[in-house]
Amino acid sequence: MRACGVSVIYDTFLGPFIEFEFMRRALVGACALAIAGSPLGVFLILRRMALTGDAMAHAILPGAALGYLVAGLSLPAMTIGGLAAGFTVALAAGVIARLTALREDASLAGFYLISLALGVVIVSARGSNVDLLHVLFGSVLALDDATLLLLASIATITLVVLAVGYRALAMETLDPGFLSSVSGAGAPTQLIFLALVVLNLVGGFHALGTLLAVGVMMLPAASARLWSADITRMTAIAIGIGLVSSYFGLLFSYHYSLPAGPMIILMAGVVHFVSLVFGQAGGLLRNAFARGRHLEA
Amino acid sequence: MVKLRNVIACLLMAASLSPALAQTQPQAQTKAPDKLPVVASFSILGDFVRQVGGDRIKLDVLVQPGGDAHVYSPTPSDSRKLAAARVIFVNGIRFEGWMDRLVRSSGAKAAVITATTGIKPLTMIDHHPGHGLTAPDPHAWQDIANAKIYVANVRDALAKADPAGAETYRANAQAYLGKLDGLEQEVREAMAKIPPERRRIITSHDAFGYFGAAYGLQLISPQGISTDSEASAQDVARIIRQIRQEKIPAVFVENISDPRLSERIAQETGAKIGGTLYSDSLSPPDGPAGTYIDMVRHNIRELTKALGV
Repeated sequence: MRACGVSVIYDTFLGPFIEFEFMRRALVGACALAIAGSPLGVFLILRRMALTGDAMAHAILPGAALGYLVAGLSLPAMTIGGLAAGFTVALAAGVIARLTALREDASLAGFYLISLALGVVIVSARGSNVDLLHVLFGSVLALDDATLLLLASIATITLVVLAVGYRALAMETLDPGFLSSVSGAGAPTQLIFLALVVLNLVGGFHALGTLLAVGVMMLPAASARLWSADITRMTAIAIGIGLVSSYFGLLFSYHYSLPAGPMIILMAGVVHFVSLVFGQAGGLLRNAFARGRHLEA
Repeated sequence: MVKLRNVIACLLMAASLSPALAQTQPQAQTKAPDKLPVVASFSILGDFVRQVGGDRIKLDVLVQPGGDAHVYSPTPSDSRKLAAARVIFVNGIRFEGWMDRLVRSSGAKAAVITATTGIKPLTMIDHHPGHGLTAPDPHAWQDIANAKIYVANVRDALAKADPAGAETYRANAQAYLGKLDGLEQEVREAMAKIPPERRRIITSHDAFGYFGAAYGLQLISPQGISTDSEASAQDVARIIRQIRQEKIPAVFVENISDPRLSERIAQETGAKIGGTLYSDSLSPPDGPAGTYIDMVRHNIRELTKALGV
């Protein structure tokens, strides 16, 4: 009886990953994305830039599409193209905000919409709309060595840069005026941070596609904010949620025959709804309870 | 308010339709007095029509080589071509689901000819839940015997629309049918050289059902009935297990599906990765499969290379 139960648990939770290499690769890739992306998401949220990630993800498309046009579904070409387009839009949005009456969010919105339209046109120029679906939705189930190396490298770079610049970034996030008053590190910090965001979105784009790459960055971070207001704890919680979502998303895709990438994001979505209701730092129940107490007092 | 909006919508619709309507009459009469304007839905059918019609027709193909007819989104110029056409050829068997609506909305007056008329469709198995278990398989041209029926249907339809050219169409079709007989012979000889236990492949799109049934090749597909459904982890796991258990020798990447997935499966199973097989569309004219005959020859060459010993 007991052995049977154990083997059911084994088949359900471990079997798929032990039997199939593509499941292990998908898990490793998704975990790398979660570990590096979630901390960036936390900072994006604290800097009130939650939608910037989304805008940047769309901005990457024409670059990746150009790479695709030149070399087909080639990893280096699409990566370089995506990075170039992402950096260009990030820089241009900052420059425009400084030189014109538009605020940064407005100029970013303008750029990313133009980029998105351009990207769709470029992919269509190649002829087939099925190709566009592959570009938009990625292929977490088909990660080869090169893609995995890329994802792991991006995660490593992100974590190292974050570790080195953590203090400056946290300070700039919480009090932008202070850092620029004591040193000239304000603008570079912002730029390096955006570069990391672009880097992670380009990595995520290979695994999950342009539309969902943002999900693994923002959803766990937004959920974490509902459990704690402390940056360090939020980061840890966000990474945890990202890892759990990756694992269960793949598991659901395996057992219920559902598309893998969207399932990973949906799992993070489930955690997000739970956090919205039960979150200890500003969830629905907590806030209702706190309000009740105030009224009594 | 609502009324005004309706009026504007009607005006816009009328404005967008009128050029198409206005162009039908003059184009059919003045621009092509000697050449018969004909439209074919996709490139392979287009090749049959070209072989039979020769110089007497002006052929437009809607889904260009490399495009996927399952999920094609028509452009306004397609409507214009349809409106001007005297004969419209479609594959049928629900291959071009978008075609009926397009023909109706374009205001086309031409006869719509289903090229698969007279072919008994095979059924294909659908792996995805919610799609039903089987559906008729539209990729009938992969059996050369069926290709001959396509050609006969094209010949009869053209002769009916353009009786003056009937003799030319008959002669063209006769010559082409002869070539198809030779092609069929070639394919049978090539398949006979592959050991029976190795006549099994996996391709990323199940368009070769008729080929398999006609020439004794077993096909396993990692995806469902259509290229528009994304493979789940379960689909991929099932196919890997099957390759391992049944020792399938080769995996073929198709020209219009995600090649990354096929490569991953090949990596994980040790099966050989075959070259590109053309199934739903021809290559551009300068490519390896610019015509139907070239396409079949190319495919059989790739199969022999991967499966032969």
